[in-house]
Amino acid sequence: MNIYWDSFKTFFKIGIFTLGGGYAMIPLIEEEVVNKKQWVSKDEMLDLIAIAQSCPGVFAINIATFIGYKLNKTRGAIATTIGTALPSFLIILLIAIFFHQFEDNKIVATMFKGIRPAVVALIAVPTFNLAKRAQLNKWTLWIPIVSALAIWLLGVSPIWIIIAAGIGGYVYGKIKVKS
Amino acid sequence: MIFLSLFCTFFMIGLFGFGGGYGMLSLIQNETVEHWHWLTSSQFTDIVAISQMTPGPIGINSATYCGYTAVVNAGYSTTMGVLGSAVATFALVLPSLLLMILISKMFMKFMHHPAVESVFQGLRPAVVGLLAAATLLLCTADNFSTPTTDWWQFMVSCLLFVAAFIGVMFIKINPIRMILYCALAGLILLY
Repeated sequence: MNIYWDSFKTFFKIGIFTLGGGYAMIPLIEEEVVNKKQWVSKDEMLDLIAIAQSCPGVFAINIATFIGYKLNKTRGAIATTIGTALPSFLIILLIAIFFHQFEDNKIVATMFKGIRPAVVALIAVPTFNLAKRAQLNKWTLWIPIVSALAIWLLGVSPIWIIIAAGIGGYVYGKIKVKS
Repeated sequence: MIFLSLFCTFFMIGLFGFGGGYGMLSLIQNETVEHWHWLTSSQFTDIVAISQMTPGPIGINSATYCGYTAVVNAGYSTTMGVLGSAVATFALVLPSLLLMILISKMFMKFMHHPAVESVFQGLRPAVVGLLAAATLLLCTADNFSTPTTDWWQFMVSCLLFVAAFIGVMFIKINPIRMILYCALAGLILLY
């Protein structure tokens, strides 16, 4: 079988069956790409996950691009990227086109009134989980607090916070090496 | 030119969106709701809810939905809306594609360089702040109502917020199931 088509199809399948965002995708990718197709080894996969996590962008797309490039260079990367993005694109497009026909339906509207506060809670939960994983201590705790307040109260764009934090980390690393 | 703004905005989101889907939410929220006013706060929350319940990465879902909605809200046809969602999704994916190819080609060995690691050391705590800001910015009258406009809805909203937080954080209830429970609770308590 054509390898472009094969890799496209594999990642399309991964894109369809992942519910709940990028990290839920990891076991599925491992099953398809490592166990079944053996495109990358288990160790390579761990490296790929680490790099894809630290890079910006959608995690699943980063992984897909990496594996696609490894298989067939740039054209392979394009095939797997489209494969991963296409299912969500099509599903959400259908919802976007038809959703406002139901938006004003009283039952749907009241259901969403109950859903909205829950979604805010769903975003609050990873804030705490991420804080645990970032291993904040008394020297670094001010960073998330100041960043959050700057965005929330002063309307600073998160992009500036990201740039400042990157530069800050780099400078701090330099100073630490010298002393 | 709405297509150009969509492209540039989602390219920036793709380029600076560190910390996975949720980390990206704060950027998407800031750009699409606060800066460009393409979506209202409650539309954004609805997208997050729909993203949770449908397959695929949350970043792609928001880009697709937002691209369509922004173009249609600006008065264009459905066909132009589809084009808008394609532009936004393509723009979001493009930085990942370029960056990953670049890293595969030549920077693989730099990923463990001390300078790169220090940069990430600065980014990690900041992403926590980004997520906290996204949560705070979503605590609006759109999502919770207010005690003066609708006292009952405000109380129910606060209750559902606390219940969902405890349910997902401590009891480890699946988020999709939690959304469905809250939809049902909303239907019973607010209809």
